[in-house]
Amino acid sequence: MDTMRERFAATASRLLDDDPRLAVVLAEIGKDGFTDAARAHPDRVINVGIREQLLVGVGGGLALTGMRPILHTFASFLVERPFEQVKLDFGHQGVGGVLVSAAGSYDWPAGGHTHMAPGDVALLDTLDGWTVHVPGHPDEAETLLRDAAAAGDDSVYVRLSAHSNSAPRDIVPGRFLTVREGRGGVVIAVGPMLDSVLTAVEGLDVTVLYTTTVRPFDERTLRATAGAGSGAGAGSGAGAGSGAGAAVDVVLVEPYLAGTSTAAVNDALADRPHRVLGLGIPRRELRRYGTIDEHLAGQGLDPASLRERVSGFLR
Amino acid sequence: MTFTDVHTAQGYDDLPRLMSLMTGDEKHGPAATSTLDVVWVLYDRVLRVSPVAVDAPDRDRFLLSKGHGPMAYYAVLAAKGFLPESLLPGFGAYESPLGHHPDRVLVPGAEISSGSLGHGLPLAVGSALGLRAQGLSGPAVWVLVGDAELDEGSNHEAIAYAGAVGLERLHTVVVDNASATHRRPGGIAARFEAAGWSTATVDGRDHQALYEAYTAPHPGRPHAVVARVEAKV
Repeated sequence: MDTMRERFAATASRLLDDDPRLAVVLAEIGKDGFTDAARAHPDRVINVGIREQLLVGVGGGLALTGMRPILHTFASFLVERPFEQVKLDFGHQGVGGVLVSAAGSYDWPAGGHTHMAPGDVALLDTLDGWTVHVPGHPDEAETLLRDAAAAGDDSVYVRLSAHSNSAPRDIVPGRFLTVREGRGGVVIAVGPMLDSVLTAVEGLDVTVLYTTTVRPFDERTLRATAGAGSGAGAGSGAGAGSGAGAAVDVVLVEPYLAGTSTAAVNDALADRPHRVLGLGIPRRELRRYGTIDEHLAGQGLDPASLRERVSGFLR
Repeated sequence: MTFTDVHTAQGYDDLPRLMSLMTGDEKHGPAATSTLDVVWVLYDRVLRVSPVAVDAPDRDRFLLSKGHGPMAYYAVLAAKGFLPESLLPGFGAYESPLGHHPDRVLVPGAEISSGSLGHGLPLAVGSALGLRAQGLSGPAVWVLVGDAELDEGSNHEAIAYAGAVGLERLHTVVVDNASATHRRPGGIAARFEAAGWSTATVDGRDHQALYEAYTAPHPGRPHAVVARVEAKV
């Protein structure tokens, strides 16, 4: 099977053929996937060299002339290094574009911390109006990329990963998908964390929601799910005595900085008694190399660690 | 569409009065007016843009990257009819669209929002690429930067790239009031020349010299005009 990045190059290349408004901007990384597209559309496949501030500034300039730019490089260099450009050259100019990242939090553990950006989604949370997609499979990545390219002048971040679930889900951009239902709490699995979450909660009486869009956060589905799971939080004690308003327990499992979406869950359930546990990549540097699976285990995100942490919280 | 001259009652001699509406001061220090002649000559004689064509796809673009001290810019926009003179006295007030750094969403005729240094030139590169990709070979893209602003690394990324790919419709005017702390070896123009740009260095108060430098042919290369003015005090 192809990777999400390979699917990105193939999909974006086809979109360039169909939509003259689109342009792809690169900073060396990923250029091999666009060799044919660059030949077909020399003015709309732009490689600025190893210049990430320029990468984002050029995207803003393209948007100012009415085009829809698609920018791609590793998350560390797309969101973190040129963050002020993301803030000013899109948001403050009043224009939008599509940022497509790779490497994310742990795609290249042997490469170390310089190529990890677990804080990218939290950083974008400091800005207004960004849609954030986190596909869990190359097929989902294609769906979300097509949706992002067609999203008018919206600002959209698509976070691609080498980490993938074994099978695609029938996702709808922006909507949570109910994968299984239970009465003992709600576990929200984001993108590539789904397979590990499903293994971790085997035999537990919990609802699992799956999402590949975290911003905007699908509050409606979470609220409906929390309302439906009437026996939620059995034994937690929180909310006891509040009559019909039983407490809701929510666990978030995100492939980036732990707690990134905790505030979104709190906002969604602000009028209800609830507890929330945000799992993801801790702030401290792990300072380990190895493989993705080894790195995830080191971060406490492998199925065994997840089971222990989820069942400990819901007990 | 065509760009016809829009007759305005305001000329160069009106600019001091227009600026005084913002500052309450008839006389301005060199720093406040460092861009005045540079911007005036562009809007008066070079740019193909007018108040009735602020959204025309084939208009020329002027990007004020040096967003600090925009009074001269606002005065020129008012003189040319992009914004009403009545807005000028509100400069910096809560209800006014005219801030101490310009916001393109608020100011009629402003192509970019600026203030942070080092954003205009990369945005100008993207604008030139975007116009070319849409087959709009006519419009020129102009960006005004300060000499100290050139210290920002983002500008060096833009200068190097634009020169390497020969971005002919891109133009930079550097207002040099000697405000950079560490002088650039060989001068400002040498930096652009080394990256493959066409350059000219002129007296930033001499309107005819500015006009000739602005309109000098530069086939296959981006063009930089270094406009020297009095040193910042």
